[in-house]
Amino acid sequence: MDKKINLTIDGINVSVDEGTTILEAARNLNIHIPTLCFHEDLCVAGNCRVCVVEQEKVRNLPASCATPATEGMVIHTNSMKVRMARKHIVELLLSEHNADCTKCYKNGNCELQGLASQMLTGDHLFLDLVPDKKYTIDMFNTAIIKDDSRCIRCQRCVRTCEELQSVSALGVAYKGNKMKISTFFEHSLFEVVCTNCGQCVNRCPTGALIERNYIDQVWDAIYDPTKHVVVQTAPAVRVALGEALGMATGKIVTGKMVAALRRLGFNSVLDTDFTADLTIIEEGHELLTRLKKALVDKDPTVSLPMATSCSPGWIKFIEHTFPEYLPNLSTCKSPQQMFGALAKTYYAQKRKIDPKNIVSVSIMPCTAKKFEANRPEMRSSGYKDVDYVLTTRELGIMIKQAGLDFEELPEEKFDSFMGSSTGAAVIFGSTGGVMEAALRTAYEIVTGREVPFDGLNITPVRGTEGEVREATIKIEKVKPEWSFLEGVELKCAVANGLAHAKTLMQNVKEGKATYHFIEVMACPGGCLGGGGQPIPTNKEIRSKRKMAIYEEDMGMPIRKSHENPEIAEIYKEFLEKPLGHKSHELLHTHYTPRKRY
Amino acid sequence: MSEQTLKRVDLIFGEYSNEKYKVLATTLERTNEDILKDILESGLRGRGGAGFPTAMKWKFTAETPGDEKYVVCNADEGEPGTFKDREILLRVPRKVFSGMAICGRVIGAKKGLMYLRGEYKFMVPELMKELDSYHEHVKQLGFDFTIEIRMGSGAYICGEESALFESMEGGRGEPRNKPPYPTTSGFMKKPTVINNVETFVNVLMIMRLGPDQYKKLGTTDSRGSKVFSVSGDTPIPGIYELELGMSLDRFVDEFGDGDTKAVQVGGASGFCVPRKKFKDTVIGFEGVPTGGSMMIFNSSRSMYNVLHNYLEFFEEESCGQCTPCRVGCQQLLKGIVAVKKGEKKAVYLDQLMKLSESMKITAKCGLGQSVANSFSSIVNNFKEEMIY
Repeated sequence: MDKKINLTIDGINVSVDEGTTILEAARNLNIHIPTLCFHEDLCVAGNCRVCVVEQEKVRNLPASCATPATEGMVIHTNSMKVRMARKHIVELLLSEHNADCTKCYKNGNCELQGLASQMLTGDHLFLDLVPDKKYTIDMFNTAIIKDDSRCIRCQRCVRTCEELQSVSALGVAYKGNKMKISTFFEHSLFEVVCTNCGQCVNRCPTGALIERNYIDQVWDAIYDPTKHVVVQTAPAVRVALGEALGMATGKIVTGKMVAALRRLGFNSVLDTDFTADLTIIEEGHELLTRLKKALVDKDPTVSLPMATSCSPGWIKFIEHTFPEYLPNLSTCKSPQQMFGALAKTYYAQKRKIDPKNIVSVSIMPCTAKKFEANRPEMRSSGYKDVDYVLTTRELGIMIKQAGLDFEELPEEKFDSFMGSSTGAAVIFGSTGGVMEAALRTAYEIVTGREVPFDGLNITPVRGTEGEVREATIKIEKVKPEWSFLEGVELKCAVANGLAHAKTLMQNVKEGKATYHFIEVMACPGGCLGGGGQPIPTNKEIRSKRKMAIYEEDMGMPIRKSHENPEIAEIYKEFLEKPLGHKSHELLHTHYTPRKRY
Repeated sequence: MSEQTLKRVDLIFGEYSNEKYKVLATTLERTNEDILKDILESGLRGRGGAGFPTAMKWKFTAETPGDEKYVVCNADEGEPGTFKDREILLRVPRKVFSGMAICGRVIGAKKGLMYLRGEYKFMVPELMKELDSYHEHVKQLGFDFTIEIRMGSGAYICGEESALFESMEGGRGEPRNKPPYPTTSGFMKKPTVINNVETFVNVLMIMRLGPDQYKKLGTTDSRGSKVFSVSGDTPIPGIYELELGMSLDRFVDEFGDGDTKAVQVGGASGFCVPRKKFKDTVIGFEGVPTGGSMMIFNSSRSMYNVLHNYLEFFEEESCGQCTPCRVGCQQLLKGIVAVKKGEKKAVYLDQLMKLSESMKITAKCGLGQSVANSFSSIVNNFKEEMIY
């Protein structure tokens, strides 16, 4: 990449590395060329053509996203020809698009709308093609709604589903005027391999792919005097919510978020981090139990590596793609579902509220959580664990609806109980976090000593996104009851993004790698890059959120799950012991093999 | 097709030796530089329609480093009104295979692929028979270059070279971004020469005749002869091999029915030439180029219907990925209907004309870029037929 290319953009001479596109070169000069199909996380498609520019001595207008800069190139990004062509392209997209913006969930946060307003497309140049199209809306899914009438066929979703997630639930069907984004045999998203991860939703420039929103249902519950509405907030929400409300990327807004939720009228503002800590206790013991069965009892039925089960996108992915590995999944419910189950049992008892009057709401960086909450097995208390799941984006909308000046809100603390947490729980929001939290606890249970990493920071499992990471921890000088683990090298692997999860699982399947414990998060970067997070999300934004998460961890007075005092309390008052009878009933679950299309 | 319908030139279809693959055998004795020099000298340009200089294409691919290279024969003859490759493949397939083999030698490829139009499936058994014979001959010559046939499935867009590669690789037939061009990244992202069926035959012809003899046919810009597919209002439709560079009025004299109003040169993606311009129109790269399609319309034809038909074709055959082509084609079609019905004023045609210009310069591939050719040439020359 040492070779430099010299070119001229809008009269400015610039030198860039070989391989740089015209678009990137222009951005370096702070010249903003509009784009639609382009997304930093995805391969270049070059199909919307909005980013065309004029190149001197070339007849056609090259797409700047797809054209590498060449020596001596003279580019005009805003010539008469370019302006005309761009306007035509946006007008063409609008003519095919259901532009009834006031009825659209993405109104105000739509890239096509943004361009239309920039180009003053008041005088629609072309005929309206929408009435002749038989567009369909797939509303059958509990997590994601797909509205073809809003689709501009940029294929960001298709590339996301294939490249980042290796799921390929979405693909291109038909050609010409009938070309559309569709699924296997045009089934509804709930009938195909879709994992509900929402990465497509996060990348859709328009309102064609959106989360199913439950904002009105939540308001109804809040205003219903007979209902007691509890809300839990996931770790990754507090480092991203600010973005949805106009704040800078990577700001930690935990206190303001709590204050906002209280002002919205939730009766109790609690923390998913509490059950993240609980997950670590249950899952840690589950791992140790499995290791004992494998190493001491030589039980051939025990399944290793054990895989984390916090990410519902990953759960549905493995159910479809590697159903033979379902026994490897930890039976622990995700922190969201554990919280929901406890809200209607432990919390209800302690607060003396009839569980039927409790409405449990969760704020998640995730769309798959909506699907998870609606799984039939997630009602072991006799009530639905979690009634409504809102994404970070939906909470942002509610805060705006309520007219709160978010930045000016005071910092408030979560209610207790089920509101206290540790740094170990916070890092659940980042890839590698569950692994790190589990190791902090499991190592200490077994050896009585802290993990041998500087400042409890198990950096080998943090790493960067976009690869399968491995770490080995040697267990030494164990307590007598764990003597079978003396000298054992605990092999761990971490993957984020389902494409990497697939690689990891294939390595396991083909025997290329053996592990004891693996952590998988369905979304790139983990929950902080979740499908329910503010739009846009890209690599740079994810890395800022990640820094915020680890900063939050460092700032917590307690950083190990087993030291959370409320955890000790819940075992004493309610659950009795890890993996005990009550735990099994309320906090553990089972999985369903699914078809591969 | 009988022999006597062929006119003027008989190089492509002719039999010149009883000994099969003789020209190939003698050519393989020559050096690559020598072969390339002859092709360059001959002035041969691609016969698929775009007319890229063949020698340059081969040279670039030969110069691209890489152990794995491919020769692809584009036999996805899909342009409306073109049916000459079909005739070539039915009658002289060995000339095509020979041309591919020569290309393989020059660029250093060991593998050739023929992408055959889905509708030409019927000719596969005969082609396979000839391929067996070809493989036997090259084996005897001690030359390692195998050829395989891959079937298309009827999509027009798969005749576009990069969409063709996608299709052969098992993907959806969608054109790629260019650059990179096939000479550096083609089939399986490897350096690839892709040429039309007729181009490969021309190469063999040049090898047999030598560039000087070959150059005697045609003009400076358009060397050699070309196989034309003549259809429409003509008493003698069929396949004709003619010298390039003739004027359209001479062509109409030969083939018209005496009442010719317009000729569509180059198929739906080509240009419509009205009667008043016959005299000044040269058929060749200096004038109106064609992949071979010549559709003749007499005065009983409605040019509105002709254009409507083309636009319906494009609206359906666009791959749909890029905005200008997918939506542009729909707008042009709906637009001329609206004007005809009086729902839009005649000036709307100007708006559509501007749109077609934008499509020409912004569409991702040749399909979307060339819709403007027939659209603007028909609308400009037969405006009254569009309105009344």
